Amino acid sequence: MHQTFDAALGINLLHANQEGADHNREHFDEWGITCFNVMSSPGAGKTALLEKTLAVLTNEYKIAVIEGDMTTELDADRLRKYNVPVIAINTGRSCHLDSKMVSGGIHRLANEYNPSEFDLVLVENVGNLVCPAEFEVGEHAKVALLSITEGEDKPLKYPVMFQEANCLLITKMDLAPHLDVDVNQIIANVRQMNPHVTIIPVSAKTGEGLNIWFDWVRSQLVQSAKQQLSVVH
Amino acid sequence: MHETDMTKALIVTVRKWWSEQPEKPQISGIHLTVGKFTCVEPVSLQFAFEVQTRNTFLEGAKLVIQETPLIAFCHHCQQEYQPEIGIEYACPTCLSPMEDIRSGRELKIDRVEYSSDSVETSYAPNI
Repeated sequence: MHQTFDAALGINLLHANQEGADHNREHFDEWGITCFNVMSSPGAGKTALLEKTLAVLTNEYKIAVIEGDMTTELDADRLRKYNVPVIAINTGRSCHLDSKMVSGGIHRLANEYNPSEFDLVLVENVGNLVCPAEFEVGEHAKVALLSITEGEDKPLKYPVMFQEANCLLITKMDLAPHLDVDVNQIIANVRQMNPHVTIIPVSAKTGEGLNIWFDWVRSQLVQSAKQQLSVVH
Repeated sequence: MHETDMTKALIVTVRKWWSEQPEKPQISGIHLTVGKFTCVEPVSLQFAFEVQTRNTFLEGAKLVIQETPLIAFCHHCQQEYQPEIGIEYACPTCLSPMEDIRSGRELKIDRVEYSSDSVETSYAPNI
């Protein structure tokens, strides 16, 4: 006799990735590390922003970078000039980093260095406005970049990324005078779906806004240190 | 094409459930809920599922995707509304930002349909 049955599962499709992300975060917390997941479309200026960030903030904090690149080490080589550990993860044909790949990076960091000495890990995700938003890697905050050349409508078209971001950097602001793009409209479009996000217009070329970005990073590290302290006591 | 990864995650989860069943049932269908406010495209997911389940324990199983709309709740107006994805997310009445998403972010494996014939004993596919 043939009968059909049903089994209720009720499991999130990304359950395994989420578990991995939580596990990564536990490692970061244990070592007193704050982790940012830096995401944007290709060419928005993630690597340029990290170069400027490392140039200044390595004087204050011990920083490591986990670099997601589809096939090359070009970005990683640019960042190694700042004398920080740069762990390159070739993602192959995958269009985003997932928690398992980042876990591999974390374990390399832990094997080659003393992880407790680090304050900040910057994860540079694969350039893509769609996929990385769905795959948490264990970060404490999501930093999204949108270059002004991409236009006002991108937050409306790729809403998940902008809705999830804790901080949004509008990059390449030095180009603003040459473009018919309204920065205020970009900001208004993002605020429609994410009213609490910190938005900072910056230019890695001229340095505009970078001090505000550095202050935001510092504020996150202080908050995270306080949280870890409150766990201990 | 992260639907390939999503499908992989789906197969891993269902395989885990299946391997825990003593009778190793023949799975005939998998029911998913996919919200409209996610990065998953159901058509791509269907395609990836067909390709990736060939010659596996899920060969021939149908994937049924139930899409849920994006519904937000406006606390100012005390009412639900449906933002127009790609165009406008703020409350159409008072223009307050979308803060409280009530539906549309789901990515869930709801249930699995299976027949009493186990994979080992069935001689013909149960279509």
